[in-house]
Amino acid sequence: MILSLTLILLAQLIGEALARASNLPVPGPLIGMALLLLFLVMRDRASRLAPRVLAPPLVDGRLESTGKGLLANLSLMFVPAGAGIVGRLDVLAVHGVALAVVVLVSTVTTLAATALTFVVVSRWLAKPKARP
Amino acid sequence: MTGDFAVWVYLSRTPLLWLTVTLLAYVVADRIALATRRHPLANPVLIAIALTAAVLELTKTPYATYFEGAQFVHFLLGPATVALAIPLYEYRATVLRSLAPMLAALGVGSVVALSSALLLGQAFGIPRDVIISLAPKSVTTGVAMGIAQSLGGDPTLAAVIVMLTGMTGGILVTPLMNALRIRDMRARGFAAGLAAHGVGTARAFQVNEVAGAFAGIALGFNAFLTAILAPIAVTFLR
Repeated sequence: MILSLTLILLAQLIGEALARASNLPVPGPLIGMALLLLFLVMRDRASRLAPRVLAPPLVDGRLESTGKGLLANLSLMFVPAGAGIVGRLDVLAVHGVALAVVVLVSTVTTLAATALTFVVVSRWLAKPKARP
Repeated sequence: MTGDFAVWVYLSRTPLLWLTVTLLAYVVADRIALATRRHPLANPVLIAIALTAAVLELTKTPYATYFEGAQFVHFLLGPATVALAIPLYEYRATVLRSLAPMLAALGVGSVVALSSALLLGQAFGIPRDVIISLAPKSVTTGVAMGIAQSLGGDPTLAAVIVMLTGMTGGILVTPLMNALRIRDMRARGFAAGLAAHGVGTARAFQVNEVAGAFAGIALGFNAFLTAILAPIAVTFLR
């Protein structure tokens, strides 16, 4: 687990460094995600070499279970920031109701538009091949 | 000073207490969510935040003291974001087959998120600087704060709005998708990640791993696209 976490942290660290250096509007952890993805692709491309070069936890599925363990508790990680937001709700005071309505309507519209676009395009592309 | 009070004064300043409170609040919230068979309204993030905030309020604990302990949990957001690569890789075949619908949904979703916030904001007569803080509401907090600041908005207000949006999306995504009769987990997850960033992604992972993988992709690409589109969209504001 320590080795898997080290690899994940290393990816994040390089990601943060690249984000700072390049001034891209992407957070370091997202660049880290791309780096970890690259690692996984290369590891499985070199499926013969990888088990000999890499430590067992990185090839036998333990890296995957560590990562999934983190993701399974993603909800927990929003609690500290969320609790801080509760103390800052005063910034909403002036436009409270209007802001709440805008957030609600805009979020519902965005959810619906995104999912419907996805489904429509996916069906439209699948149609020609759908004939048995 | 009585003995009990001395113990409280000591404990209330240690990270241990507030880390434990955060985890306890989450465990209780998750139990409530499980008891309702993960009903969308019983969102564990919302319940845990409410419980934690109530404890802070009752004990008059400053947020800075609380965060000394809670920072260990907060820190894990970074590694968890990196770990999104794992389900993404696992479902790579599905992801690669869905490139076209994903790109279309990303473009439409990102534009709708931005324009609906700006247009509704104007319709309600919200002042320009507040609308600017509203524009990046569907994007992950760090990026949204950066966008709001660079365009002349208020980063703190942006962070509050981002969190509200996340909660709204995380709670509403399941009933809304059911009402629209969208059963495709790829589409449901992608919408959750695009409209409601990490909180939506957390919800998606609770429902289905494929949904989670697609939510992670949407979260990443929407952060990037919104950072490009927001400055352009704001120029249309009167």
